[in-house]
Amino acid sequence: MQAQSYDAIVVGSGISGGWAAKELTEKGLRVLLLERGKNVEHIKDYVNATKAPWQYPHRGGRTRAMELAYPVLKRDYPLNEKNLDWWASDQDSPYTEVKRFDWYRGYHVGGRSLMWGRQSYRWSDFDFEANAREGIAVDWPIRYADIAPWYDYVERHAGISGSREGLAQLPDGQFQPPMPLNCGEELVAGRLQRRFGGRRRIIPGRTANLTQALPGRSPCQYRNACWLGCPFGGYFSTQSSTLPAAVATGRLTLKPFAIVTEVLYDRDKKRATGVRVLDAVTDQTTDYSARVVFLCASTLNSTWLLLRSATDVWPGGLGSSSGELGHNLMDHHFRVGAQGRLEGLDDKYQFGRPPTGFYIPRYRNLFGDKRDYLRGFGYQGGASRQGWSRAVAELGVGGAFKDAMAQPGPWSIGATAFGEMLPNHANRVSIDTSRKDKWGLPVLAIDCATGENERLMRRDMMNDMAEMLEASGVKQVRTYDREYFPGMGIHEMGTARMGRDPKTSVLNAHNQVWDAPNVFVTDGSCMASTACPNPSLTYMALTARAADFAVSELTRHNL
Amino acid sequence: MESLIDRREAIRRVTALLGGIALVGGGSLVSACEQAQRGAAAARGGAGTFTARDIALLDEVAETILPETKTPGAKAAQVGPFMALMVTDTYDEADQAIFRDGMRQLDAACQAMHRTSFMEATPAQRLALLEQLDREQKTYMDARHGDDTPVHYFRMMKELTLLGYFTSEIGYTKAMRYVETPGRFDPCVPYPPGEPAWAPHA
Repeated sequence: MQAQSYDAIVVGSGISGGWAAKELTEKGLRVLLLERGKNVEHIKDYVNATKAPWQYPHRGGRTRAMELAYPVLKRDYPLNEKNLDWWASDQDSPYTEVKRFDWYRGYHVGGRSLMWGRQSYRWSDFDFEANAREGIAVDWPIRYADIAPWYDYVERHAGISGSREGLAQLPDGQFQPPMPLNCGEELVAGRLQRRFGGRRRIIPGRTANLTQALPGRSPCQYRNACWLGCPFGGYFSTQSSTLPAAVATGRLTLKPFAIVTEVLYDRDKKRATGVRVLDAVTDQTTDYSARVVFLCASTLNSTWLLLRSATDVWPGGLGSSSGELGHNLMDHHFRVGAQGRLEGLDDKYQFGRPPTGFYIPRYRNLFGDKRDYLRGFGYQGGASRQGWSRAVAELGVGGAFKDAMAQPGPWSIGATAFGEMLPNHANRVSIDTSRKDKWGLPVLAIDCATGENERLMRRDMMNDMAEMLEASGVKQVRTYDREYFPGMGIHEMGTARMGRDPKTSVLNAHNQVWDAPNVFVTDGSCMASTACPNPSLTYMALTARAADFAVSELTRHNL
Repeated sequence: MESLIDRREAIRRVTALLGGIALVGGGSLVSACEQAQRGAAAARGGAGTFTARDIALLDEVAETILPETKTPGAKAAQVGPFMALMVTDTYDEADQAIFRDGMRQLDAACQAMHRTSFMEATPAQRLALLEQLDREQKTYMDARHGDDTPVHYFRMMKELTLLGYFTSEIGYTKAMRYVETPGRFDPCVPYPPGEPAWAPHA
């Protein structure tokens, strides 16, 4: 049977897949965009976006029935009554935890671009050079100069608001005006600036929320309900930003409920010829052919797909010749920091609910600082007046108590650190042939743990924040370490790393699989290290860069 | 902290409130794993059937904790039925038992203090009783070590009352001020004493 043919196939429709579809269609290719889950139409399908908080029976919380149905999701915040529909079913899509790994997935058009945290930071050469400088894992095959123009490019289209700070470790970008700090944050930022001479500083969070309109999108309305979908298109998602651009070319075919079971590989031509798709509803199998295939299915899913492709040539799967496919799984470790009470602002308040807070860029192991661990961390935090929930722990019943609790409480301020996790060959995923998912695919087994470097870093992550708050006059400072397990950051990275040598890496400097140059992997799988800033903006830039390269190679008949 | 840090903190604001409840009996989200397994049997058995009399009692307890003042009270916000729903759907068996036995204990304490049932007590008598129970639960809860010891039943009732009231339409729009779509962000504005809080979208 003649396979249905396209110029390019993109697997996955989240942050990376949306960018691949936009770039490839805009450069003239006919693109098939495959998504394993259901469609979610922009605005129309944001069914809870304008629901009142009191309309949820459990006011947004979790029931025991939900906990039974979602044994993984319940481990952290994602299990909630408001956007439960956008988190993948643990029961339909199980996986094996050799060690505990929290895998929070979005299986629908747009993927996790609908629910993401939107914090958007450039990485710097401190990050791209770190592996080589320290002899850890393999060197990144790119430097900041290679990706900087692509950061410019994606920031303009996605719409990133932020302040220009001139920091070498957190380069400025093509920003829309920042969302300002509130009174409490501004006060502490000023004190911190004086105390640390600018070495440690609080800056407005850089976020993929608009402060100025873009075509078809309104600025942020300060509702702070992004995770329900934004009816104003106020934040970047596939639906608000990249999908409309791809659709506008007239060259995009979007196919939901399409599970890619394998990449089809021609051993004579040494090229992929297309993909095999299992219809998630009908169980029908269809082959699609294309000249180029982009894997953007999310870190672990792209690798899972590679592991089960071309196994007649490589038992370990497509891209496994280096022995590194599936290895070097990483995440950002976090859930540690400090908070306290801010005095002197009882006559101040804020109006509106910004969808971001402040950021403290990395300062450890930079500019002469030297610690007993490698790399560093940044903080995300905020200041606010306490709400009624403070009443639970306070003594009091009756009318005066009620009226007092309906008023804003004292100001508090705090921040959580996000730390870099080193690549480690022992942290790996593989196929567990003993279990199958709802569609009969053998599941992924995940074996990943943090190490000594992360343990040492966490002391600073906790104590530094307390030190900064105390130095800024914050009272009743309390530290916390709420325990972290890999995956909780939902910043999973690695397992198909980029590198300079096909013997030690899965992908080259343009995200091409060394063993199949017309297959590109541009989601978090490709990362050779994690840096400490949030990774999604870097996926966008790498994807746009790889798409540009792929089209130029097609034009030169190199693929 | 109520402020938003990123998506985790954003949603945690929701779960923190309810987390306070989920955590009531059980502890961390990690130990919620075991709870859910135990909860399976309870879910099938329908452990939480509250009678109309039970709900009437819960309404009056809630109204005593958060009575009508210049703004409507907890009873108007239907906090009694909300408590019954939350206990049934979100509490594990052990916590359900504590809560239900707590309703009995509360009435017994009222008999001991006022020689009358809670439903027949005057508003002043009810308030005096709950002030005593509130001191009792706070002393107990402040001294509690870890998550393994049971939660005081009156902490459960108070927590559910606060949640049920302040996340109700009355709580959002009458007790506090609520704007679904602020449309702008003023990072620093004067706060005249006594004005109600802006409710979160949570």
